Amino acid sequence: MHLDHSPHGPAALSADARRPDGSRRALRVGLGGPVGSGKTATVAALCRALRDRLSLAVVTNDIYTREDAEFLLREAVLPPERITAVETGACPHTAIRDDISANLEAVEDLEDEVGPLDLILVESGGDNLTATFSKGLVDAQIFVIDVAGGDDIPRKGGPGVTTADLLVVNKTDLAPYVGSDLARMAADAKAQRAGLPVVFQSLRSESGVADVAGWVRARLAAWTA
Amino acid sequence: MTRAALLVLADGRFPAGGHAHSGGAEAAVKAGRITGAADLEAFCRGRLHTAGLVAAALAAAAAAGADPAGLDVAADARTPSPALRTTSRRLGRQLMRAARATWPDGELDAVARRFPKGAHQPVVLGLAARAAGLGPTDAAYCAVYESVGGPATAVVRLLSLDPFEATAVLARLAPELDRVADRAVTSATAVRTEGVDVLPAASAPLLEIGAEVHAAWPVRLFAS
Repeated sequence: MHLDHSPHGPAALSADARRPDGSRRALRVGLGGPVGSGKTATVAALCRALRDRLSLAVVTNDIYTREDAEFLLREAVLPPERITAVETGACPHTAIRDDISANLEAVEDLEDEVGPLDLILVESGGDNLTATFSKGLVDAQIFVIDVAGGDDIPRKGGPGVTTADLLVVNKTDLAPYVGSDLARMAADAKAQRAGLPVVFQSLRSESGVADVAGWVRARLAAWTA
Repeated sequence: MTRAALLVLADGRFPAGGHAHSGGAEAAVKAGRITGAADLEAFCRGRLHTAGLVAAALAAAAAAGADPAGLDVAADARTPSPALRTTSRRLGRQLMRAARATWPDGELDAVARRFPKGAHQPVVLGLAARAAGLGPTDAAYCAVYESVGGPATAVVRLLSLDPFEATAVLARLAPELDRVADRAVTSATAVRTEGVDVLPAASAPLLEIGAEVHAAWPVRLFAS
């Protein structure tokens, strides 16, 4: 990969760890998963948990609206200049995997305009179980599913469930109401993921997003080490 | 030069951001001007002979080695809608990234440095073709094909149009693509002696107006 370290060099091409001026860029973490599984709520909770100690920004990929970006703005989880929405032309997975150029521009512009940043969260538009982020765009990815989407999802697997760096099973508080067997989901996830971590969370519980925030902090520590 | 490089550059899957754009088709669908394959063909024909011709001439001139900054100004002058100018620069920036990663080239780097927020897409397309070892005719073909291929794919998604019908529309337009590419190359060749004013300035007012309306929608599938 071509790298130009001069301060006036042309922009970065891909996920180069250094910015054109030679400084280390922010860690980029992608959040993907099916529609309604709680990606935006998790992003909002992460921002609240991390914003006091870290310099953060968020890129959303809405499918046909700016709704996710507007939710984050309304909730005031970050100042508006730290939230950017990317339009995806009816194909959310294309924008995070096959053609990442618009998202790369969004993360680079955020870093140029509100940086220096420690962490950029890239939220995918709600998609299906095969949607994963390109390594050219993010350094790590979180796949968010929820108990109400069916407790057979971990067993069914797919690239999101099996390969994401962190699998989050969200809305555990709903399990008794939708007849989902959490123990079975945990066992299936373990079998599918070859040792990769899984977090069960309910954002309505006291611990909320703490486990995911801890995981993100650990990734950041490894990134800056 | 390699002929196969043309296929790489012209491939709809070339990762340069085009998938999120409808080339004005979303606005035309919403306004009821495209309802099926026949309308799609008429829309694509109109776009080919206006925006497509202009883009192809700019791309061919850039591929032939004309000054990119002069061509960029010429592109601005030929794009009345501010929304379309923004879109063209955004796509130019995305294409620049993809081209620099695919065909590393000092000339591309220099233009990327000069236009950090993007030069007009057809200009970058011509430079990308040049970096790939292709010529002005190849660049013109990429531009004319893109001018109709983008809307056709978008309409498949917007109207659930039969994809075979959409592809057949493109095939029926092929002889016209040849003629428009030819015209574009002829005028691009004249830039060396007559300057950029010789480039075609065909305009499609409804595309320009539609783009302005579309840019103001709160809910849309495509970025343009």
